[in-house]
Amino acid sequence: MLTLEGISIVQGDFRLSADFSVEDSTRVAVIGPSGAGKSTLLSLIAGFLEPVAGRVLWNDEDITATAPGARPAAMLFQDNNLFPHLSAAQNVGLGLRPDLRLSGEDTRRVEEALARVGLAGYGARKPSALSGGQQSRVALARVLVQDRPLVLLDEPFSALGPALKAEMLDLLAELLDETGATLLMVSHDPEDARRVAQRTILVADGAALAPQDTAPLLDNPPPALKAYLG
Amino acid sequence: MAERADAVTCWPGRIAAALVAVLVLGTLLAVALRAEAGRGLGPAEWSAIRFTLLQATLSALISAGLAIPVARALARRRFFGRRLLITLLGAPFILPVIVAVMGLIAVFGRSGLVNVVLRWLGWPEVSVYGLHGVVLAHVFFNLPLATRLILQGWQDIPAERFRLAAQLGFGPRDVFRTLERPMLARVLPGAAAVIFAICLSSFAVALTLGGGPKATTVELAIYQAFRFDFDLGRAALLACVQIVLVGMAAVLALRLSGRDSFGAGMDRALRRWDAETRALRIVDTLWIALAALFLVLPIALVLLDGLPGLAQLPLSVWRAAGVSLIVALGSTALMLCLALPICLAAASGRGRLEAVGLLGIAASPLVIGTGLFIVIYPIADPFRLAFPVTAVVNAVMALPFALRIMVPPVRDVVQGYGRLSATLNLRGVPWVRIVLLPRIRGSLGFACGLTAAMSMGDLGVIALFADPETATLPLQMYRLMGAYRIEAAAGAAVLLLALSFGLFWLFDKGGRGHADA
Repeated sequence: MLTLEGISIVQGDFRLSADFSVEDSTRVAVIGPSGAGKSTLLSLIAGFLEPVAGRVLWNDEDITATAPGARPAAMLFQDNNLFPHLSAAQNVGLGLRPDLRLSGEDTRRVEEALARVGLAGYGARKPSALSGGQQSRVALARVLVQDRPLVLLDEPFSALGPALKAEMLDLLAELLDETGATLLMVSHDPEDARRVAQRTILVADGAALAPQDTAPLLDNPPPALKAYLG
Repeated sequence: MAERADAVTCWPGRIAAALVAVLVLGTLLAVALRAEAGRGLGPAEWSAIRFTLLQATLSALISAGLAIPVARALARRRFFGRRLLITLLGAPFILPVIVAVMGLIAVFGRSGLVNVVLRWLGWPEVSVYGLHGVVLAHVFFNLPLATRLILQGWQDIPAERFRLAAQLGFGPRDVFRTLERPMLARVLPGAAAVIFAICLSSFAVALTLGGGPKATTVELAIYQAFRFDFDLGRAALLACVQIVLVGMAAVLALRLSGRDSFGAGMDRALRRWDAETRALRIVDTLWIALAALFLVLPIALVLLDGLPGLAQLPLSVWRAAGVSLIVALGSTALMLCLALPICLAAASGRGRLEAVGLLGIAASPLVIGTGLFIVIYPIADPFRLAFPVTAVVNAVMALPFALRIMVPPVRDVVQGYGRLSATLNLRGVPWVRIVLLPRIRGSLGFACGLTAAMSMGDLGVIALFADPETATLPLQMYRLMGAYRIEAAAGAAVLLLALSFGLFWLFDKGGRGHADA
């Protein structure tokens, strides 16, 4: 279980507070107006910034000071999720061995993961030889082999068209159902939240609120969310 | 609130920057402590200072002045080979000074082309030695640099302005007044100041074409105090003078320029409606042809004179070539060991370290050499350390250029992939191997090529340290010229040229191979 305990983040004039837990194996959307701090919240959980107050807990263990790579989280960013000079298989392999010294077993797992996202036989290709959707699939394959109990998505599919984005979210939901990992997903599209997330964290007015059930929240939005949704 | 440093550690960068600072500032201190200030500056020293300032001023003014029409012609004409010519303007940067000097002697020397023509016309001959020669060589090296800087200024004027000028029916004079003169007022002082600063530290040119009481630069005077009189106190005093001169010039140059000289987009020629008259076309063609001739002819003559002698080069030349190769490669490796950590630290926001790396611009090789000599002399025989010292000094001198080339791409990698690498726990040496080096390959190759070529052609600190038995290729070539073994020297010049440009080409090519996405 992920717990944010009395968190306070300050960056110049910007402030964000958070104090809640996320149950295991839930899929959570993080929505709110731009600039409210959705990405900041994910950066905190991933370990890219330290709070001025409060603790980040994973299963009651304090990980506030843990380095990003040692946290139980796999993360995908808005862009630059693949290294352009490495092949698809190498990009996935980085999720297993950061130094890329892959054993036979590792290589087999990489191939399996690529096959699972529908890219069997594409391992030798560089990202430039793949379509946008295929590149997203490679990144998802890496999340799969990383096998972390927490998956953080900072709008990695925002550059894809609507149909392709829906396809990726469905694939992601399927994979998460298999691994049982918890998902925190930043989105500016309420339809994304409805599509994959049982729960939603609303970030607005300097606070990240505790997860609520997605459908009721979106059907009866509080004023801050209503202003954003229009 | 602290943003966590992503995949990058900064302590190696701090150590590298500290090493550079110790080398540059430590040798300064050694020189200052050893200088016999009580003795004051004699007439010979004052004469060296006057000559240094005079030749640097003349070189800067003439280079910048001649560069204006050449850059203007290049900016407003499109012709076959234009891109090649602009690329060629970058070549003097890695052209060994001693080779260029030999070429200039072949054109302007006593039995050179120009004097042959002058004699035939019955006119007085020109001399390539003394003030003329020093300024001539400096213009040869810096006219291309000035042209590139000023051309960049021209290209920075938006094409829309020229279109508007054409629409308003501006003639060349109106265009000059409203568009070109303001640009030149902005660009010229910086270009001239940079060239002035470069020419202040001129050693190899003064060594070969200057000399004598009337044409000795401060750097050359340091060398003479050292080699001829072995007067360390006087050498150190002169080194202090040099530090003050170069320091002031560097500050001036930074104030006035501050613009990147490795600008991109130089291959765009504007359509210039105001310049489409026959007279202007002829003028521009003449300027371009003259500039190209001035730059290409000396080197062509070196090749012509040297190629036949290449087969029977004395063994000493081959040995010196081997030494130079090792020194150049060692210097390149050292540069990388310093530059990569400093780049990484600078890329994660420690800009001050980068500034330390730039010390090499303000430092003069002869001053560092003098300082090292003073430090080493009580402990070991400095002459036995000639090659390592040369490699170290060359690496530090190349460092500012390498940083300028490599910091931006390293910053891109750290900013673009730092977080992804951190979430993948990809850090340290594997990160450098898997992410950094492949991503910055192009700039890495370019920086290594520049360093290797500059070190290969360097005739500076080695002249201080070498004993008669040891030499790098440029020094050996200088000795052959001094002994009037002109054929062997010409052959050595071709070899040196081939090695310098060959090294640059190999490294640069190596960086460009396997173009990835």
